[in-house]
Amino acid sequence: MKSEEKIPILRIEDALLASIQIPLHDKLALEFQHDLMVSIEKTRAKGLIIDISAIDVVDSFITRILVEIARMASLMGVKTVIVGLRPEISITLVEFGVQFDGIETALNLEKGLEKLRVWKSK
Amino acid sequence: MEIKVACEYDIVIARSAAKTEAKKLGFTIVDQTRIATAISELARNIVVHGSDGIVRIEEIEKGDRKGLEIWAIDRGPGIENIELALKDGWTSGGGLGIGLGGAKRLMDEFEIQSEVGKGTKVRVVKWMRN
Ligand SMILES: Nc1ncnc2c1ncn2[C@@H]1O[C@H](COP(=O)(O)OP(=O)(O)O)[C@@H](O)[C@H]1O
Ligand SMILES: [Mg+2]
Repeated sequence: MKSEEKIPILRIEDALLASIQIPLHDKLALEFQHDLMVSIEKTRAKGLIIDISAIDVVDSFITRILVEIARMASLMGVKTVIVGLRPEISITLVEFGVQFDGIETALNLEKGLEKLRVWKSK
Repeated sequence: MEIKVACEYDIVIARSAAKTEAKKLGFTIVDQTRIATAISELARNIVVHGSDGIVRIEEIEKGDRKGLEIWAIDRGPGIENIELALKDGWTSGGGLGIGLGGAKRLMDEFEIQSEVGKGTKVRVVKWMRN
């Protein structure tokens, strides 16, 4: 059974954009990962932007989910950029010792798209 | 304040409660985030590794300093080797293995007691800067 909550995935230029607005739990996270990969396949998107500006706690669980998404997307030739880390979250992450292995970050959506464009033109 | 922690949704309830209390006490947004993140880790440990747990949040005072004391207590299987459990990157399965170490770094005080077969108690404190 699918849960009722869903994280919407939008198309913007030739990238996909997903804003995480609700706290992820295990099941939702798995569905989100699956939905993203299906969307990448369907749309042939070149980039993936995940907006976490609505998230007030980034713990090791969500970090693991994000790192996994970036890895999966990368296997499909898609570059992931995480945008919208609030200042207090960046500070906490560094002290926490969490590693965003292999994940690109950008301040906001605009900068995220810029990063994808630069990457594409390389 | 005491919050029952039995399923994933309770993790969000526990960390939101901790954040709200921290805000009420006057902690900065960065400290609120440190506290909420640490509690998220401890509550998740109850759900994933322990069972039948609670998170207790209390305002404390020492001299003219105010602080927030949080207990995460469960009656799960306990931890055999605490030193190992605290090591960054060590997990008995599924996680990143940085929850306990991370919670320790984010808080000012960190104590853990665990007995195999009985359960685990973690106490953390954050002090307000005067
Ligand atoms: N409440 C608990 N009850 C039993 N074992 C625990 C508990 N909390 C932590 N542990 C043990 O300590 C290990 C390390 O915990 P942690 O640093 O949070 O990493 P993770 O949860 O990612 O494994 C866990 O893998 C688990 O074996
Ligand atoms: Mg953990």
